[in-house]
Order: sequence, then structure tokens, then C-alpha cells
Amino acid sequence: MAFLQLDNLCKRYGAIDAVVATNLAIEQGEFVSLLGPSGCGKTTTLQMIAGFVDVSSGRILLDGRDITHAKPSSRGLGVVFQSYALFPHMTVADNVAFGLRMRKQPEAEIRRKVTEVLALVRLDRHAQRYPRELSGGQRQRVALARALVIEPPVLLLDEPLSNLDANLREEMQFEIRRIQSEVGITTLMVTHDQAEALSISDRVVVMQAGRVTQVDEPYRLYEHPRTRFISDFVGKANLLPGELDGAGLPQVQHSRDASLTLSLRPEKIDLLDNGAGRLQGRILTRYFLGSQWLYRIGTPLGELTVVRRNDGSAPLGEGVDVGLDWQPELLRVLAADEVSA
Amino acid sequence: MNSAMPAPATCARQHRDLRGYLLSAPALALFAALLVVPLLLTLVLSFNVFDYEVGIRADHWTFEHYLALLGDSYFLEIFWRTFWISALVTLLCVVIGVPEAYILSRMGSPWRSIFLVVILTPLLISVVVRAFGWSLLLGADGLVNHAIQALGGAPIKLLYTPFAVIVALVHVMLPFMIIPVWTSLQKLDPAAEQAALSLGASQTKVMRLVVLPQVMPGVLSGTLIVFGLAASSFAIPGLLGGRRLKMVATLVYDQYLADLNWPMGAAIAIALLLVNLLIMLSWNHMIERRYKKSLG
Repeated sequence: MAFLQLDNLCKRYGAIDAVVATNLAIEQGEFVSLLGPSGCGKTTTLQMIAGFVDVSSGRILLDGRDITHAKPSSRGLGVVFQSYALFPHMTVADNVAFGLRMRKQPEAEIRRKVTEVLALVRLDRHAQRYPRELSGGQRQRVALARALVIEPPVLLLDEPLSNLDANLREEMQFEIRRIQSEVGITTLMVTHDQAEALSISDRVVVMQAGRVTQVDEPYRLYEHPRTRFISDFVGKANLLPGELDGAGLPQVQHSRDASLTLSLRPEKIDLLDNGAGRLQGRILTRYFLGSQWLYRIGTPLGELTVVRRNDGSAPLGEGVDVGLDWQPELLRVLAADEVSA
Repeated sequence: MNSAMPAPATCARQHRDLRGYLLSAPALALFAALLVVPLLLTLVLSFNVFDYEVGIRADHWTFEHYLALLGDSYFLEIFWRTFWISALVTLLCVVIGVPEAYILSRMGSPWRSIFLVVILTPLLISVVVRAFGWSLLLGADGLVNHAIQALGGAPIKLLYTPFAVIVALVHVMLPFMIIPVWTSLQKLDPAAEQAALSLGASQTKVMRLVVLPQVMPGVLSGTLIVFGLAASSFAIPGLLGGRRLKMVATLVYDQYLADLNWPMGAAIAIALLLVNLLIMLSWNHMIERRYKKSLG
């Protein structure tokens, strides 16, 4: 049995189904992300696990113990909130010590643990500051330290990086992963940012309209998105009409009445000279992304997006005719969306 | 070129300063005419000699009214009563008003506005009407005593006691406590309470350690308003305290209109103002020093 297990978890608000029959098994020490657009039920799921939202039906099991209806204070889980939810009237050290004081640990022990965890999040020199004197990234770390210091069985992160600016967000992603693997704590993170979910999770759970639509390792999720929605939401995708050929391999079909939808990632398309390749097109616009060039190319199959590495050679200009080519085994067959978002 | 640079800047600043005074002149004039001048006149009056034969002697000066205030146990008793009643009213307003404001801030959208209006209704009714309402309830032949008798008890004297004054004052003053506390509750992050719960705090600990310290600035303004208004209240002690149970404001009224001793009345009024100021400033100082560091 998994360490944290959701069995047919449901949440209804009146006539609205916020979370529908969600099953999930998280192993000890795993870092799992709940990924989905806003309103997909991912935060509600996290709040049910934390105990802030009542469960309509289904069960939550933690290490074999049923915590479905336990009070939040008795679950002992570490929670990091989107707003950080620090106590503004307490110093960093008092914020971190709060959970230990509630557990009535001896003061010397508390002091030792607070120093230790502040060193872990690299805030040892800010112990006597107040939250309002800290930057966003530092507050984030205090929130993390406060949740970790009680040595919870599971760490729950609710959109932990959404209030940070882009540079800091990337830095904190790796910081969270470093701390998580150093402590070895089972972690569930809610996010709407696919890059965040892909870069630091062991597994990603995609949710859409209250349902789990795919659970996979980040690489598999990116390479084998199950539905059209996922292929669009996780990374960029070109959607092409197609059929299976005699050997069972998907092939792009130029006809409009093709029965399958195929997905092809922008970086999987090669650009050749005009006349070569499987498809001809003309570059409509190009965007410079630093490490990459992004081309929008008009073709008989519609507009396609192609990403090429910026290897130092001159980029192709707008209005140039090019040939497009790809390996047919990189085409993915998508299932029709079973839910509409 | 360089030396000429600062001149226009200072010029502009002087201009702006002048404009600021000009813009606030109407308000300053109103403030001076309606508050500062009468207060100064009262202060001057309080040093005038009073003679029961000829009245106020405007060109004779004395400290005797202030000395009488300090020496006469009759006055001291009334001052003491005023301040303990005001302190108790303030305490009761904190005890009732803070939880009420918390519940109000947790209400859903239609009910919150409805109950906010309900809380404000005492302010929409004349204080005299409200005081007579209480005397109908608490009088010897009032509803409360009828109820006590119907249950087999002996009637008790409620009206013209400190009890009646305190109940009525709390009723009037509650909105002045609830509104500032409610305002500071609005600024609270509800997730902070969830965070405290997840860290193992009980609901009472969340209130005591997380919510209350954060609403202290609101409680402080509430206590200052309530204490100040209660200590200088006139209609409620006058109508519900009766002739015997005097508070300072009713004492001033008596000095002016019954004894016609205007200088004594003025001296009492000035003394009330000073003591009130002293108590409120030291209270403010005490609380602010305690919470300033953490609450900015």
C-alpha cells in the first residue's frame, strides 16, 4: 500500500462537482505535482488532504491510517500556502518555532531544531527579522522551514512559487527540490505551471475539470500526452490529422476527414531546403527566445510551430520557403478529450 | 549655471507650503472658532472668582476651584466613579465586541451587511430615546422586574444604579469597538489561521496567538474611542443614573445650571479633559510600545 493514498475522493459544492472520484497513490519520499488549469480541482484536493475542506465521499489514507475526517491540527502535515501565511507579528524564529511550541517540546530542543532548519533553507542570519522585512523568496523559505521543522510525514505545497518573479521562481524550484531530497520528505505540490511541474517532480498528475486525466513521469508525460488537452497544456504541440498505416504506424494525412489526431512537438520537426522533406511551407513569423528560435510556418496542413536551437548559425528569414521533415515514430496518437474544460 | 540651480526648487517649495496652508485655512478657521476659542474661554473662566452674592468676578483670579476639586471627597468620589465605570464599559466592549467583530468578518455575503447595519442601529437612534428605552425596561415597574416577579423573585432596584448606566453605555459604545476591530480583521490573511491549525494549534490557541495579536491596533483604537466617550458621556448617566448617581459630565451640568457656579463647572470640565487625556495617552503609549516592534 502506498504511503499517501486517495480512494475515490469526491468534493461537491452544491450542484458543482469540484473533485470527482480521484484516485492517487504516492510512495514514501516521492515528489508528486498536481498540475492543471485554474478551477480544475487541484487546490481543493490539496485542501482535503490538509483537512481544511470536508470530503464529500471517498477516503484519504496516510501510512495506512484513515485521516479522511481527522482535524487539520491532528494530521501533522506540513503545509506551505500560496500567500505563505506567515504570522506577521512574530519573528522568523518564532514563526518556525510555532509548530514545535504547539507540540510542547523543550525550549532547548526547539532552539536547536529552529537553527538547524533555518540553516537548511539558508536563512540562519535572518532569525530575528520580521516577515515584512524579508523579500518574497525569503518569506517562501520561512514558510518552507516552518512546515518542515515539525517533521511532517507529508509536505503539501499550494502554488508555492506563483507569487515570485520569473528569475526567482526558477531558482526556488531547484531550491525546493534540493531541500526535499535532502530531507527525503514525501511531497505533493499543486501548480498550474507545467514547466515547474516537469522540472522538479518525480511524477506529474494532470487534472482537468475535477478529474485526473494522466499520471506519469515528467518525460513520459511530455513525450506521450494521452489527450489533446494534455498535449496542449504540457508544452507546445502541433496537432495534425492522420491515420494508422498498414504497419500500425501513425501517418499524417492531408485529407480533412482523417480519423486520428496526431501530436508533434515543435522541436521534433526538422527544417530543410525548399522541396525536400514531407511537407512544404513558408515561414510567416519568427521569434527569438534566446537559446532558441521559434518559427510559425504556414503549410497545407495549417500553421505549424517549429523550434530550432540557436546554434550560432544565421536564422531563417520571414517569407522563406522551407521543407519540413520528422521521424514518423515521434508522432503521438491522442485520445479524444473525455472531459471538456 | 550650477549655483543658479537650487533657487527655483526652494521657490517652488515655499510656494507649495503656502498653498498647503491656504487650502487648509477654512478647516483651521472652523477648528479654531468652534474648539480652540471656547476651550480657552473655559480655561480662563475656571480661574475666575465666584461669589454667591454677585456671581462671576471677571477681573479676580483664583486657584480655589482646582484646590476644591483636589480636597473635597465629594468631587473625588464622582471622578473615581466616572473612571471605573468607563474602564468597565471599555473592558465589556472589548469582551463582547472583539468576538462579535470576528464572527461578523466570517459571515457570508448577504448576512454580513445585514448584521453590520444591525450593529450600527444604536447610532441611528437618539441617545435620549435609547436611555428612556432602558429606563422602561429597568424601572421599578419595568419589564425586567415584572419578569422577576412572575418567576417568584423579589423586585430589585436596577434603575439609578451603576448597573443601568453601564448596560446602557455598553449598548451605545459597542459599534465604536466593533468597527475598528472589524477593519483590522479585514487585513488578516485567512490562510494564517489555517497554517496555525496545520501546525497543531487548537482553535483557542489560533485566536489567542495568531488572530488577537494582529487585531491589537484595532482593539487599541476601539478602547480609546470607547473610554473617551464613556468618561465624558452625559445623557445616559443623567437619565439612568438619576440625581444621586452623578458622573463628571452631569456634575459639570449641575454646577453650571443648578449652582450657577460657572467657574467651578469650568474647572471640573478642564480637569476631566486633562485626566482623560492623561489616561488615554499613557494607555496608547503602553500598548504601542508593546506591539510597535512587531506590527510596524
